[in-house]
Amino acid sequence: MFTERAGVLNLGVEGIMLLGAMTGFTAAYFSGSLWLGVAAAATTGLAFGALMGLLTVSLGLSQHVSGLGVTLLCSGLAFFCYRLVFGQPSQPPHVDAFATQPIPFLSDIPGVGPALFDQFALVYIAFLLVPLSAWLLYRTPWGLNLRTVGENPQAAASAGVGVAGLRYQALLISGMLMGVAGAYLSIAQFNAFTFGVVSGRGWVCIALVVLGQWDPWRSAAAALLFGSVDALQLRLQSSGAIDLPYQLFLMLPFVVTIVAMAVLARSARAPAALLTPFRKEER
Amino acid sequence: MRLALELRERTPAWLNLALPLAAVLATLVLCSGLIALAGADVLEAYLVLFSSALGSTFGLSETVVKATPLIFTGLAVAVAFRAKFWNIGAEGQLLAGAMAAAFIGAREGLPAWSLVPLMIVAGAIAGGLWAALPAVLKLRYRVDDVVATLMLNFIMFYSMMALVDGPWKDPLSGYPDSPDIRLEAEFPVLLSATRLHLGVLLAAFAALGVWFLMRGTTLGFAIRAVGENPRAARHGGIDILRTALLTAVISGGLAGLAGVGEVGGLHFQVMAALSPGYGYTGIVIAMLARLNPLGVVPAGLFFAAVLTGAEAMSRKTGVPVFLADVIQGTALICMIVALLFSTYRLRLRRAQAH
Repeated sequence: MFTERAGVLNLGVEGIMLLGAMTGFTAAYFSGSLWLGVAAAATTGLAFGALMGLLTVSLGLSQHVSGLGVTLLCSGLAFFCYRLVFGQPSQPPHVDAFATQPIPFLSDIPGVGPALFDQFALVYIAFLLVPLSAWLLYRTPWGLNLRTVGENPQAAASAGVGVAGLRYQALLISGMLMGVAGAYLSIAQFNAFTFGVVSGRGWVCIALVVLGQWDPWRSAAAALLFGSVDALQLRLQSSGAIDLPYQLFLMLPFVVTIVAMAVLARSARAPAALLTPFRKEER
Repeated sequence: MRLALELRERTPAWLNLALPLAAVLATLVLCSGLIALAGADVLEAYLVLFSSALGSTFGLSETVVKATPLIFTGLAVAVAFRAKFWNIGAEGQLLAGAMAAAFIGAREGLPAWSLVPLMIVAGAIAGGLWAALPAVLKLRYRVDDVVATLMLNFIMFYSMMALVDGPWKDPLSGYPDSPDIRLEAEFPVLLSATRLHLGVLLAAFAALGVWFLMRGTTLGFAIRAVGENPRAARHGGIDILRTALLTAVISGGLAGLAGVGEVGGLHFQVMAALSPGYGYTGIVIAMLARLNPLGVVPAGLFFAAVLTGAEAMSRKTGVPVFLADVIQGTALICMIVALLFSTYRLRLRRAQAH
């Protein structure tokens, strides 16, 4: 989301998450330290955020195609390295996943307590990141500049803001977050890396940011909504209460996104300079 | 002194061929690092890869079979990108075509001779309609075509899985796949002892057809005009909405035919593994071909060879088969970087005094 605010659409998200899941898992597996896994995933994300920046910001290449290239490359690399490191085991290797960390007292609240306050540490961090991002974007000079770069790079440049630098920063931050997101899947939620570990979640994120209208709070709300629908369908599925194919639920975020985009597009809330490469010399 | 990019006045013709070749070469060099990392001999690995894919009649025929859907999706993307319709949705359109073909091919009530032609027509229409949807969304509601076509891929995939796991499940099979098409609906094999099927011919004709469409017809001219300069196109009396919609339908129809070929010539049913990302590989191919319909054929054959040969390479040298995926991603990135050199050239420039 940071990137899109700065006017770069990062279609690399699916691949970067997958690679983050792989490196995070591998690092955690061999070092025994889960946090080292998270750090490895963040570093990987950072590196590919930088590659994305090199392609789209410095070279001014098409963001769609660069993003797809990064996704293809990262997914390929993830599978390649995983097979190289672990071979083809009959039993996929596991790590002892993060234990949940109940927050004293709060987790004892009946009903919502266990759901909200007995979670993986990464979950708390993710939730803390929402107000932090909102604050960064709306309350700091840096955020203002970033938003200007996304809306009107010419104006930003004439006001002395370094467009390229800010877009790089945004891509690096988001690359890092994508890497960690992948690591969350492989070492907290599933405690193993499988080829389907990300399975379209990266694309869902792009959908969620559109749904959230490029706002941290609304994006997080959309993510929560999607997460709870997902959890609900698993629950209903296992209890056999409904007879709907689960594929319909998997499809839901994509359908909702398209409908929402059709409805919202008229109000045109997307950062105006999204997808536009900025070359100083040409203006 | 510093290196600077300078706008070219025109692109020399030899670059059109040299750039893709340079991109492929750069890709192979970059990926050789991974082969070395896997502890294999780089030259031997590439040798095994390409000799198994191209060195024998069987290998060659398998490569051509593999190239068939890739040529279709490559053409689909090339047509769409020409008109600046960013169709990332060839994957979904392929599945739409495949489902239509599998549905028609299994109908008992139809006369046997009509099955194959009907499958082809139905598959093309299904793919075309599935591509028309994001085009309408873009033209009417200003929905971003990249995101829309991408989302529609997943919608189509999950719809298909819901069907073959539910009402359309083959009652004789334990897996989620559709019933087989009738024997009469299977595409004729062109050469005995190979899997070369009718779809191969269709792909070759499609490449020629699209080339003629873009070069020799008014519609082709309109498509290019809309992509290059929509305003001038409107002043020239071109109906932009109609052209954009037609482009989408043609593009989707081509992608749909990729699915028809896979069902009619290879799998005879639809299932989850029908397309291992042929739609996305189509984007790489179209870019490598510089959106030229005739260039799509060699580009498609190249990636088909990589996909076919990777298996043998993996068995023989122990390099993970996923090298093929890495090659695709790297090739795409190398190619778009290489494309910079068709509009710009590197010049050494003296540092200017500020």
